[in-house]
Amino acid sequence: MIQILFFFFAALALGAAINVLAQKHVLYSSLSLIVMLTAVSGLFILLQADFLAVINVIVYAGAIMVLFVFVIMLLNLPADPSGEDGIDRMRWLKFAGIPLGIFLLLMIGATVWNVGISGNATQMEGSAEAIGQTLFTDYLLPFELTSLLILIALMGAVVFAKKDL
Amino acid sequence: MIEYLTTRDFLVLMAKMFAIFGGVMTALAYTTLLERRVMAFVQMRPGPNRVGPFGLLQPLADGLKFLLKEQTVPTNANVLLYYAAPIVSLVPALLSFSVIPFGPDLKMTDVSVSLLFVFAITSLGVYGIVLGGWASNSKYPLMGAMRASAQMLSYELSLTLSVVGVLMIAHTLSLAHLVTSQQGTWFGFIPRWNIFLQPVAFLVYVVSAVAETNRLPFDLAESEQELVAGWHTEYSGMKFAMFFLAEYANMVTVSALATILFLGGWNGPAFGPWWLQMVLPTVWFVLKIFCFIFAYIMVRASVPRIRYDQLMQFGWKVLLPLALANILITSLVVALT
Repeated sequence: MIQILFFFFAALALGAAINVLAQKHVLYSSLSLIVMLTAVSGLFILLQADFLAVINVIVYAGAIMVLFVFVIMLLNLPADPSGEDGIDRMRWLKFAGIPLGIFLLLMIGATVWNVGISGNATQMEGSAEAIGQTLFTDYLLPFELTSLLILIALMGAVVFAKKDL
Repeated sequence: MIEYLTTRDFLVLMAKMFAIFGGVMTALAYTTLLERRVMAFVQMRPGPNRVGPFGLLQPLADGLKFLLKEQTVPTNANVLLYYAAPIVSLVPALLSFSVIPFGPDLKMTDVSVSLLFVFAITSLGVYGIVLGGWASNSKYPLMGAMRASAQMLSYELSLTLSVVGVLMIAHTLSLAHLVTSQQGTWFGFIPRWNIFLQPVAFLVYVVSAVAETNRLPFDLAESEQELVAGWHTEYSGMKFAMFFLAEYANMVTVSALATILFLGGWNGPAFGPWWLQMVLPTVWFVLKIFCFIFAYIMVRASVPRIRYDQLMQFGWKVLLPLALANILITSLVVALT
């Protein structure tokens, strides 16, 4: 049963992820991204990481993607972005994607190498307490640095948006 | 797999599902009648009272009308998303009932993070509104959808933060455990409800809940004087009814959550013979929800709509700081005791 569910969610996540790239219209891409995030949450639940699954939906699918869709609707982007000067920028983005993709693959490989594929997530139980304990003891410095980084980004956005403060 | 389908557990689960789903759907239909009647009485009108005794068959007549109405799609609408939007709106609204405990045993399931599960599922409901407004290819729905998404994002923040204090006191994220943590009384007569420990959080929660469900005085997404009917202007028949049902289902969900978080859930005096003791917790729970719904309707009948900038200012400059201050003070008290 769990295997059937795993293949269902995995196929859904992969299909939606490919659809994000394949769609011409940016709104369809972001909707596929929402489907992908929800499917990944299903995979988290199969790994008994309930808390992680729910937080994934709340933060990404429920909050950040709403902002994405909101901005897309606000700008009312054309269905096909190529044309005018759009095509030139797209070409450079493709080349920039190659080293970034290799870097991402290396990161994922390093993580898998360190943790090992046959992790014992079932014993951990992704409970809120366990995650909180780890975040506020072993990973306190990265956690605080991340929040600082987000705060700086927030202030930067305000500075950009308001010309005279 | 096949053996499981004939076990007693599975049959009990199916019975519970039918009981909860049927009960909730009937309650939703009659909430519409209640709203119309109460609004009418506030405004010195009789309200719909012709169909059946006291107009009690009105919801059935309404449902039949919605089903038989012509299905229309506006020109140049995005057909796929136009049809998907009401479904995207209704399914999450009904899905959250799967973890809400209506009584000690009357619940379908309970996961360890059921409170967050409800928040996650209801946060997906906003896509129904956004897509409905966008896919209609019409300016008023688009305006309504943009207002709705901005408003729901802003108030979701204070809604979620307002419950953190309760969670710190109760030490759990499960709705069933939240209810059991409020059993008993102080000094023998004050019920051990979280509302007495977290009055500020309760107020913040109730106000943001009204805004989350797009009800007056926060119904800018469909303010009929400016936007015809907001995001569902172009919807008719059953598709409109699905948006309508989703709104009422969300109302019941946030009321149920408020009851569970602050008013002790199904806790209440249990007395009489065994069958009465079985039924009473559910009766208390439904009664508490009913009080919230009634308050909702009375607020709608008596408070005017606020302006858009007032809405944003109130959410970000009043509710959010209040919720954050509440978390700070609660965590200090919890740490010191």
